[in-house]
Amino acid sequence: MKKTILSGNEAIARGAFEAGVKVASAYPGTPSTEILENVANYPGIDAAWAPNEKVALEVGIGACFGGARALVTMKHVGLNVAADPLFTLSYIGVRGGLVLVVADDPEMHSSQDEQDSRNYAKFAKVPMLEPGDSEEARAFTRLAYEISEKFDTPVLVRTTTRISHGKSIVFPAEPVQGLPEPNLVRDPAKFVMLPANARRRHPLVEKRMLDLAQWSCEQPFNRIEEGKGEVGVITAGISYQYAKEILPDAHILKLGMVHPLPKDLIRSFAARCSTLYVIEELDPFLEEQIQAMGIRVIGKELFPICGELTPGRVQASLEGRETVLSQSTEASLPNRPPNMCPGCSHRGVFYELKRLGAFVTGDIGCYTLAALPPLSAMDSCVCMGAGISNATGLSKVLPPEQRQKVVGVMGDSTFLHTGINSLMDMVYAQAQATVVILDNRTTGMTGRQDNPGTGHSLTGAAAPAVDIETICRALGVRDIQVIDPYDLELTRQTLKDAMARPEPSVVIARRTCMLERRGAAERKLPLFVDADKCVSCKACLKLGCPAIEWNAEAGDKGKAVVNQLLCVGCGVCQQLCKFDALGVHNEK
Amino acid sequence: MKNKVTNILLAGVGGQGTLLASEVLSEALMLGGYDVKKSEIHGMSQRGGSVTSHVRFGSKVYSPLIPEGEADFLFGFELLETMRCLPMLRTGGTVVVNDLKIMPAPVAMGQEVYPADIPAKIASSFPDTVLVNGMDLAMQAGNVRTVNIALLGALSRRLDLAEQHWHQALTGQVPERFLAENLKAFELGRAV
Repeated sequence: MKKTILSGNEAIARGAFEAGVKVASAYPGTPSTEILENVANYPGIDAAWAPNEKVALEVGIGACFGGARALVTMKHVGLNVAADPLFTLSYIGVRGGLVLVVADDPEMHSSQDEQDSRNYAKFAKVPMLEPGDSEEARAFTRLAYEISEKFDTPVLVRTTTRISHGKSIVFPAEPVQGLPEPNLVRDPAKFVMLPANARRRHPLVEKRMLDLAQWSCEQPFNRIEEGKGEVGVITAGISYQYAKEILPDAHILKLGMVHPLPKDLIRSFAARCSTLYVIEELDPFLEEQIQAMGIRVIGKELFPICGELTPGRVQASLEGRETVLSQSTEASLPNRPPNMCPGCSHRGVFYELKRLGAFVTGDIGCYTLAALPPLSAMDSCVCMGAGISNATGLSKVLPPEQRQKVVGVMGDSTFLHTGINSLMDMVYAQAQATVVILDNRTTGMTGRQDNPGTGHSLTGAAAPAVDIETICRALGVRDIQVIDPYDLELTRQTLKDAMARPEPSVVIARRTCMLERRGAAERKLPLFVDADKCVSCKACLKLGCPAIEWNAEAGDKGKAVVNQLLCVGCGVCQQLCKFDALGVHNEK
Repeated sequence: MKNKVTNILLAGVGGQGTLLASEVLSEALMLGGYDVKKSEIHGMSQRGGSVTSHVRFGSKVYSPLIPEGEADFLFGFELLETMRCLPMLRTGGTVVVNDLKIMPAPVAMGQEVYPADIPAKIASSFPDTVLVNGMDLAMQAGNVRTVNIALLGALSRRLDLAEQHWHQALTGQVPERFLAENLKAFELGRAV
């Protein structure tokens, strides 16, 4: 087939299609999201969003129990959520091949931590492949299904942001033929992990990893590239590309499988190098295991453990210099931080929470940006679902007058992800805290994916929509208010009442995301500033709306102006202006 | 000619079409027979935030990231973001930049000042600087949303790639109903 240029995520989707995958499940998470969006474009694959990563993996496991090949994808923090089924699946093994793709985010371009998922492969005792470009992403995904079925194991494929969102040339192949049709097979000794069965499976797991380590020594995905001289490098994934760039003459052992390690191959490679570097991002995962084999290598004593590698950082580390930033900036230039969109419905809610002096236990989503100035209206943010349960914990220990200030905030998709459990507990614990669900009818942060509340599936087909109010009621919340967050007075009063109430209360702030692709968001004519009425008080600037700009040159003290290209006419700023200086064009 | 890697750094603001331009660029280079790698960061709520995309091509490309200080071209969609990326450009490198200011939040809030005279500052360090009025060209092409492709046209004349590859890449990447105006914008840019 014709060569093409694909991102790592697109290439993984292609590999899964070629491997004959029948079911694909995921929760969106940067940088993994596009895998499932692309899988959905291939025929013969049932691709769907799951409410969270644990559910996604369990759906994949079910398909694999039926004898079908299944794909499950997530980002690194999502694997924490899915860890429970993963560890037991390691004991059970598979029927149809099961591949779990996990995308790490070194440098935390879009994440709350930069954990190294290779540790999960070791911890859960499952093999892990790591591609170094898009073509390997395709080929390794396809190969992972063969390994899964050959060694009776789930297989992890790990990417990092530069693989997931980097593009390079791919050579697509024809799909495999002749896979067995799914059917029911009863095998409780394998599928039912009662202690007695699990005890019998554990030795098989240990033997499997030894077999894999031996087998992988002979496989072309672990390869030696001959160089000149005495310097050798052991590396994998994107780090391989930096090593090739910076050390073109070195001998390279490029690992395609990063767990288990091909120890015999590593020993014979190490024996012919006088200096041996291990170049890897994040943890000293390869380094420690190779050191434990009694081989002296140079790794994290030179290369940074924090952040992603770049060619410049590898070069600087080798020369013993301070590592440079990938985008060294001139200190004098103003920063350009990300911001909630013009007309974003979350802005007014956070503005009022700030005015009420709320202590906001936040969560993961676009609205996490409310922690940045000028709103500065978020006091904690841990992980998905924690916004509500952190509020429960706080309210258990605080004196009454402070307890009233605690407000847990999360989005609709996050609520359906793990927020439901947290709210159930808040009611059960009889915590006196307020919960705000920012319901913008989509999963905004990752690019507007559908979720069980939107009424649409991944493919855009109609699907039953969860009713969040009814769920809250069923969980035992007695006080539920649904408000329009564009109405600041209503928002303030509702939040104030809810916070004063000595019981769990839920405020659902509902407005469609401004970027919603179905055009359901309401857009009006842009507003304008009447310069004669503007008294330069800067009240409107407190919203941090990208459409409101400060013109320091106007008048004596400067005046606000509305950027006509950006403003969507939501009218929130009008409610802040005591001097009626923000006008509507059609009223002029 | 093809044994050297050429590095192009794209810099702009989320929502400007920087990523689509880098898609078309990469596709055209692949069609021209080069090895191509591209790397970008998206995710978070990047609308309004800084966006950069690295594109590298040659007979064989390893790293998808441009080594610091080795960009041959800085392809800017906004003046401040272009200024910010100047340290990535090699001495004697080329700047193709859109003559446009977009206020970042701290400037819009009146806390910081947008730097003055950016085009002159860039040109004083990098004499090979081309200032393009992308908005003008896009309006001539009949759609203000074709600014990114007009700019790409201006860059294209400085790269060793036949026109047919650009047209083929545009045809593959741009929705059909917008293709005519995008091709027009590309031609107008290519004449700059």
